[in-house]
Amino acid sequence: MMAAHRRWLMPLLIAATAVLAIGSVLVGKITLTWAMWSAQDEITRTIFLELRVPRALLGIVIGMALGLAGAAMQAYLRNALADPGTLGISAMAALGAVLSMFFDVAGLHPWALPIAGVLGGIVGMAVLFLLSGLTASALTLVLAGILLSTLAIAGVSLVLSLSPNPWAAGEIVRWMLGALTDRSIDDLVFATPIIAVGSALILSCREALNALTLGELGARSLGIDLSSIQWRLCIGVGLVVGASVAVTGMIGFVGLVVPHLLRPLVGARPSALLIPSAFGGAILVLAGDIVVRLLPGGSEVQLAVVMSVIGAPFFFALLYSLRRRLV
Amino acid sequence: MHIADVTFQRGTRAILTDIRLSIAPRSVTVVLGPNGAGKSTLLGCMAGLLRPTSGSIRIGDDDVHALAGPERARTIAFLPQTPEVAWPIDVEAFVALGRIPHQRTASAAVNRAAIERAMTITDTARWAGRVVTELSGGERARVLLARVLAGESSWILADEPFTGLDPSHQFEAAELLRNFAHAGGGVVLTIHDLSLAARIADRIVLLHEGVVVADGPPADALSSDHLRNVYGVETEWLIASARHQTPIIAIHGRHVR
Repeated sequence: MMAAHRRWLMPLLIAATAVLAIGSVLVGKITLTWAMWSAQDEITRTIFLELRVPRALLGIVIGMALGLAGAAMQAYLRNALADPGTLGISAMAALGAVLSMFFDVAGLHPWALPIAGVLGGIVGMAVLFLLSGLTASALTLVLAGILLSTLAIAGVSLVLSLSPNPWAAGEIVRWMLGALTDRSIDDLVFATPIIAVGSALILSCREALNALTLGELGARSLGIDLSSIQWRLCIGVGLVVGASVAVTGMIGFVGLVVPHLLRPLVGARPSALLIPSAFGGAILVLAGDIVVRLLPGGSEVQLAVVMSVIGAPFFFALLYSLRRRLV
Repeated sequence: MHIADVTFQRGTRAILTDIRLSIAPRSVTVVLGPNGAGKSTLLGCMAGLLRPTSGSIRIGDDDVHALAGPERARTIAFLPQTPEVAWPIDVEAFVALGRIPHQRTASAAVNRAAIERAMTITDTARWAGRVVTELSGGERARVLLARVLAGESSWILADEPFTGLDPSHQFEAAELLRNFAHAGGGVVLTIHDLSLAARIADRIVLLHEGVVVADGPPADALSSDHLRNVYGVETEWLIASARHQTPIIAIHGRHVR
């Protein structure tokens, strides 16, 4: 008995993703027009194929990764405040990536940096689960998140400051305030398969995430092996978030805002929220990345700034509405 | 269900000591005892959710703790003491959670039919589209039971399923569980209310500090001697009316040595 509007949700989300992706390809310092395209000149081709298309595709992939990770974390922790950004997983991934640069591992192989980011994300998830456990109150969870992100961000700043890098300050900004600017097709090639594997792992937990609606005991009484789910999610979210952050830096709040907005539209079932959240994430990141380019001013505002401008008040409103249930 | 020499220790403290019970299906067994007597722990062990320090729990030839998760869940349904409903999902989706253990072994049509049956029995079908977290306590209790019944397990274990329900909803929920037992299922409950336990139980297991101190039909197990020893209260067994034979256990006061 699926309500009629639920059947329209996925086609709508996919259509919106497609429209925004096309918009993302056309919009920028130079707006691509049909006339320019049909002229077939070299510069247009370069802007189109080497800058705009990878940027739009990266926006889709990163947005899907963050949206999916947020929905999965919320379902597992049964907490609408959970998100790779607010709980410090993104920061841990950034720390992993930065450490691999500091110790020159990143130069050994093009995969080394994203893998280090993934390891950072997995360690972050493991520490989070260790600190908060399955039955943590929202308060414990948020505190654990603050601890993780503070430590990881301090670590990123420290490592970059210690490195013999004349652009350390700029590098710190690059990691803390993620963006899709100036990323190449190579970044896309490294991030996409890692994110695909992580997403598959997360999606394999669908049934268990539904069962967790009944709480830890309830889920176990339905025959769910929670320790296996915990590992799958740890690695799945680590892969997805680690690869995203390694390529774009930290972009917060996507995983927080999107599942929350879509939850009422899918009837709140955790499994039904996963795929729509992935597309919702793509929509939000693409839209944010278009806004970044349309804002007036000399230099582009980082995408993460736009996300925080949207996300922080949202987080505030969410905390405010949940405040009675927090303690 | 055979519980053989089950001991459960938390740290060095024994919560359950050498529990030995055989519980037959087609009956309602109530585990009673003061707070901290080990009721919930015993139920958790029986449901396969807690692993006893020693001893075993078998259903037929199967060791409950050796069964794979979904198979165990198809045999035993468990209703926790404070059932959590984390998300505002609708009643139908909630009842469907009870079919998760059958997801890979039964067809969609079979699962569908079981969900509908459970909602019909509990008279919750008319709320199918309502959101579980917005139901009243009594409505919610029925939906929780529908979720348990949808699993079509042969055993139902429920930890204080009647707490917080008004008398009419208590009665309704008790009837549902009794009917399940009459149809051949095994029911094990923990309850705090002595009179309610006396009324609905076929058999009462009285626990005190992790040891079975009385076991038998309500009239024997809930004798004033037993209740004085376990709860330290003076009680008297009254029958409310000759027509209904509804027992009431009156508590006169604390036992003074």
